[in-house]
Amino acid sequence: MADIANPTTTPTYNPDLLIEEMGYEDHFHEHHDEDKYQSNFLTTYIFSQDHKMIAKQFLITGIFWGFIGAAMSIVFRLQLGFPEENMAWIKPLLGKWITVNDAGIGTLAPEFYYALVTMHGTILVFFVLTAGLSGTFSNLLIPLQVGARDMASPLLNMLSYWFFFLAGAVMFASLFLSTGPFSGGWTAYPPLSALPQASSGSGAGMTLWIVSLVLFVVSVLLGGINYVTTVLNLRTKGMTMWRLPLTIWAFFVTAIIGILSFPVLASAFFLVMCDRGLGTSFFLSEIFIGGSALEHVGGSPILYQHLFWFLGHPEVYIIILPAMGLVSEVLSVHSRKPIFGYKAMVYSILAIAFLSFIVWAHHMFMSGVNPFISNFFVIFTLIIAVPSAVKVFNWISTLYGGNVRFTSACLFAIGFVSLFISGGLTGIFLGNSAIDIQMHDTYFVVAHFHIVMGVAAFFGMFAGIYNWFPKMFGRFMNETLGRIHFWGTIIGAYAIFWPMHYIGLAGVPRRYYRFDTFDFASQFGAMNKFITIAAIIVFALQVLFIINFFYSIWKGKRVTSRNPWGATTLEWTTPIDTGHGNWPGKIPAVHRWAYDYGKDGTEYIPQYVPLGEGEKDGGEH
Amino acid sequence: MTGLLAVLSIILIAIIIVQIGKVTELAAKIRGEEEAEMEINNRNALWSIVFMVVFLIACVVSAVYYKNSILWYGPHTAASAHGGELDSLFNTTLFFTGIVFIVTHILLFWFAYKYRSKKGRKVLYMPHDTRLEIIWTMVPAVVMSFLVIKGLVAWNEVMADVGEDEDYIEIEATGMQFLWTMRYPGPDGALGRKYYKNITAVNALGQDWEDTKNLDDIVSSAAGEVIKLPINKKVRVRITARDVLHNFDLPHFRVKMDAIPGLPTYFAFTPNITTEEYRERLGALDKEGNPLYPEWHEPADPEDAESKARWEEFNFELACAELCGSGHYSMRRVIEVVSEEEWKAWMDEQKSFYLMSIRNTDEDPYKGKLLSVEVQQRSQDFRTAVDQALASDKEEDKIIRLEYVTFETGSAQLTQYANYQLEDLAKVMKSNENIQIAISGHTDNVGEPEANLSLSTARAQTVYDYLTEKGDIEPARLTSAGYGETQPIADNTTEDGRQENRRTEFKIVTQ
Repeated sequence: MADIANPTTTPTYNPDLLIEEMGYEDHFHEHHDEDKYQSNFLTTYIFSQDHKMIAKQFLITGIFWGFIGAAMSIVFRLQLGFPEENMAWIKPLLGKWITVNDAGIGTLAPEFYYALVTMHGTILVFFVLTAGLSGTFSNLLIPLQVGARDMASPLLNMLSYWFFFLAGAVMFASLFLSTGPFSGGWTAYPPLSALPQASSGSGAGMTLWIVSLVLFVVSVLLGGINYVTTVLNLRTKGMTMWRLPLTIWAFFVTAIIGILSFPVLASAFFLVMCDRGLGTSFFLSEIFIGGSALEHVGGSPILYQHLFWFLGHPEVYIIILPAMGLVSEVLSVHSRKPIFGYKAMVYSILAIAFLSFIVWAHHMFMSGVNPFISNFFVIFTLIIAVPSAVKVFNWISTLYGGNVRFTSACLFAIGFVSLFISGGLTGIFLGNSAIDIQMHDTYFVVAHFHIVMGVAAFFGMFAGIYNWFPKMFGRFMNETLGRIHFWGTIIGAYAIFWPMHYIGLAGVPRRYYRFDTFDFASQFGAMNKFITIAAIIVFALQVLFIINFFYSIWKGKRVTSRNPWGATTLEWTTPIDTGHGNWPGKIPAVHRWAYDYGKDGTEYIPQYVPLGEGEKDGGEH
Repeated sequence: MTGLLAVLSIILIAIIIVQIGKVTELAAKIRGEEEAEMEINNRNALWSIVFMVVFLIACVVSAVYYKNSILWYGPHTAASAHGGELDSLFNTTLFFTGIVFIVTHILLFWFAYKYRSKKGRKVLYMPHDTRLEIIWTMVPAVVMSFLVIKGLVAWNEVMADVGEDEDYIEIEATGMQFLWTMRYPGPDGALGRKYYKNITAVNALGQDWEDTKNLDDIVSSAAGEVIKLPINKKVRVRITARDVLHNFDLPHFRVKMDAIPGLPTYFAFTPNITTEEYRERLGALDKEGNPLYPEWHEPADPEDAESKARWEEFNFELACAELCGSGHYSMRRVIEVVSEEEWKAWMDEQKSFYLMSIRNTDEDPYKGKLLSVEVQQRSQDFRTAVDQALASDKEEDKIIRLEYVTFETGSAQLTQYANYQLEDLAKVMKSNENIQIAISGHTDNVGEPEANLSLSTARAQTVYDYLTEKGDIEPARLTSAGYGETQPIADNTTEDGRQENRRTEFKIVTQ
């Protein structure tokens, strides 16, 4: 770690002196002699209003849910890879989800297979990759990197976490219902989700699912309003928008997308509740089920899909943009070079965010919407490839001519770029409605979104965790285990999802409990075994990560230097053990953009260092 | 116990892993951290190159390995007229994305390797390059425009509904938990109306019998029944759902469309290869007599080496591609594409669902009434019977029963619909001027023989009168006689037998 922790050409900047000299005095500590916010255990660790603690709460809760969601995928992968194997051994854990016949052979019942698939999707998309990723790093980095004492409203910030916690608690409770949790897919399309007669999980399971996700929407909105306000209003002296690190740009835009799209999801859920409980017909029409004809007429299931995907599509950018921001920052810091095309990166984020709102119906090409409308959605969807391509080329150019340190964080950032390319390119097939006729709802889609927004977002998250762990806990994570984690995961993740392209190309639909019911689906038995084994190995590697994470919190190598990676951004100017209010004295003032690496022969110039005589700010181009 | 062992071994593994991490850190300390760090850095840089090479090779090799199992290529080009264009679009997209995939991966890992951290390396301060950025914004934009245009042209062609004077057949697929029910129009070529509130245990689609277009519709709901389609004829599928969303998915034909309760959707396509031809394509041999696609020559049943080859057992399949509940994975139907003649012959064999399952049950609004289709059917059958009688040399074949000429109980009064067959008979006699017939009446053995005799005579006379008066047939061509219970043709001790014996018939005397 030596050369990484202490760069060879150690700069001579003394942050304390510079901050004292040029910093911004807000008289914070004169009013906060006695820290009324963190006076006891409860207010320090549980109902904390400190953004750094809330970030840790989001992260650890996210890891908990990540473990549950991944473990569920292992169970249903066992069903798909080894459908004939005896599953009685997990009966102690899954209870009546496993039915054991007279011969003692245990089988996963189809309803619970679908419940597992549904829960896996819901948990990973919302609890892990939205709350766990954006919640963690927006909270940790926004105040620290813009130079703020805390979020604009620490109270709302605390509530944001606790609404998320409640959402999780309700979802967790639904796992123990006698009829099982909701099992109609994470998209919860009515009528399947609206009618308890349609599926056992659509009864109480669906009610709890909706309650949980409405709580979650509240959490996202409280957090999002806070993030936006903090970025707009609490930037320190000299921190113009064009001097923000790309992480902040990403979190800022993500929060805006969330604020605009999540309420639509909430309204869709509200209408489903009305259809379920009040006998309205928003999404239901002319249904005969369970031996009787229902009274609902005039509703349209397609309306729900419009409302759902109006959030659902922006949601994938809510997941991937923060990962992109983290990766941009990590790649720049660890290749010791400015991010290539900073402004192009910002404009790409803005373009992607704007386009994300007008492409939702590309999930619905084969849903029975008017084919003419699809023309527009095809055009907008494929335009997204342009800003995405720009970002990829810029990341690659960032490495060009650099001095790349293969830390775990940097490896995961490079891995992210690889996955984003692989998964992004398959999106060009799916976004073209004519090809989507064949590809829609096949394993090709499963491969596409798992690579581009599942695994890639995880890689962004891991890059962030390995990079900012020293900031969070004052210790390093073990780098050897980190690198094992990386190489194992990237090989394993491709081993899981690459073959799924072929399964999808053969026409096999997703969400099939078993494949032997169709001739065209049954030809991949060996491949499905292979995928399942790879999934188990990758799962084991994530357990390794969790061990490394918790071990390092208490036993990891101590951070000895305030700025271990030699980064330019403000979070590394705070004391190693960053207290409430972040800076013990004045808030640093900012004089330059965040990417002065390798400028004029220096290794790096932090943002708080004033511009030299005649020196131009690197960001202004 | 096993649980405890599992927990213990997990703890043990965790300890070992943590120790590995610790040991490498210690080793680094002993050897000098800087040097160790450099070595690790170089090693990881090398791995990234190895990873890139192995990964790219694995992608290409696996694609080649699976090429005969996946659609779009080789033996699996589309089985429908519109599919070819989609296949071509897919391959064009694959070409462009394939190039980008390989080039960007090489650059990404090559740059990471080449510019790995070295002591004293001067980094290139290159915050941006306007020219490069314009190039790599424009190039994707141009390629995307090309793909969008090609894609939308194909899309709008494929999704266009049938034209006004286009020749097509319309069939209907209804998804329900968890099967597909197909409906074909009968001879009238049109599907009848349906409404979900009409659904009963028998009438699974809710067909509205008031709409006479329904009466000849053919319904096929058993999973084992093959759905036949004619080659080179446009099929417009009307896709509906009864309970939740389903999706009508025919992968080999590049057809997919959601089925929605309350909102019918459509997909029109033209199968352009028969099942038989497709099988031959899969089983094709090259010039030396070796299989072109070896995987299709493996036994269809892997357990049984003697079973037929996979290509011989191949079938087009209909699946559901929208999650619809716990049985979603099992909604299979087999589609068979055949020549148009074979399809027509098959259609002729199919029976109207109404006549098979609804006619004269309590659900039938026409119970006890005669339908024009039945009148037509009876006329046709009668003509056939007459033609057979005329063609035969045998005496006994010349007798034809007037099955539908029935009388009110105990009287010679014709029942409501008896006139139809009498009209048929009159028509036959008019078109064959030479025919002379003898009409005879018969009864069973219930009641007094004398009474039976006079009743049968009266009934035969009624037929005679009808033909001569209303049918305008010359009386000289007819005779009529009653035989009472004297000429039974069946056992009078059973009800069925007695029913048989109560009859009016005629014999062709001269022709």
